[in-house]
Amino acid sequence: MTESVSKPDASDELSLVERARTGDSGAFTELVKRYDKKIYRLAKHITQNDEDAEDVLQETFLKAYEHLDGFQGNSKFYTWIVRIGVNEALMKLRKRKSSRTVSLDEEVDTGEEMIVREIAVWDGNPEDQYSKEEFHELLNEALDTLKPAFREVFTLRDIAELSTEETAERLNISIAAVKSRLLRARLQLREKLTRLFKKKGDDAFAYL
Amino acid sequence: MTLLLTCKQFLEELNAFLDDSADPEFRARLNHHVSECPNCWVVVDTTKKTIDVYKGMEPTSIPDHVRTKLLAALERKIASRG
Repeated sequence: MTESVSKPDASDELSLVERARTGDSGAFTELVKRYDKKIYRLAKHITQNDEDAEDVLQETFLKAYEHLDGFQGNSKFYTWIVRIGVNEALMKLRKRKSSRTVSLDEEVDTGEEMIVREIAVWDGNPEDQYSKEEFHELLNEALDTLKPAFREVFTLRDIAELSTEETAERLNISIAAVKSRLLRARLQLREKLTRLFKKKGDDAFAYL
Repeated sequence: MTLLLTCKQFLEELNAFLDDSADPEFRARLNHHVSECPNCWVVVDTTKKTIDVYKGMEPTSIPDHVRTKLLAALERKIASRG
């Protein structure tokens, strides 16, 4: 018996990868089904385009299959594949952007993005007040209204959970820029979500 | 006695506070500010929740045709490798 029941996710995932390496296509399909939604969402947040996101999704899994030997097994499969996905999505984005004048490192940090207006606690757990689909729709809409430079940093740091250093490297910006953009992205999202989720009648006054 | 940070100074360092990346001495100053300032406490609490909802968000679905195309592309790839 090689199957472990104590830590189903990690060990079972490793065995899926092993089986996929030896040519078991069903095992790889299982891995795809576990993570395709996450990669697709990430690709959509980065590229802002359904068709591009679809391409990124395919390229990510095809590349992962091709380079399965590069997966060491000392991190989770998702940690590995999400990096391939981020790279593919950013490449796609750069290709699109190359025809325009916008650079990924454009100067976007002006003081006005640090404004905090909504000072109110949230009304319980907002997830309980919406259907799962509605809730996700609200979160996606809020994120999609951020400036691209802020959305990219937030997506890489807080959704794909890359480190500050990795995010800087992949976006080709400085660590200071990652930190400053992440702060602005988080504050702007907080502002938008607070407007939606605050306790009614609990408005305090704005400051700063 | 060190001076209480202003709200603006505190907000500039909000990430260091949330990600626990400040050195102990500065962390104590950040803690001090947030324990004295109800507004910043609310900002900390709601920013934390903001990050958590995005982190915890399990994507609900992927369009059927997108997954079908993905699986078909993989099948072709696998077949081509023999």
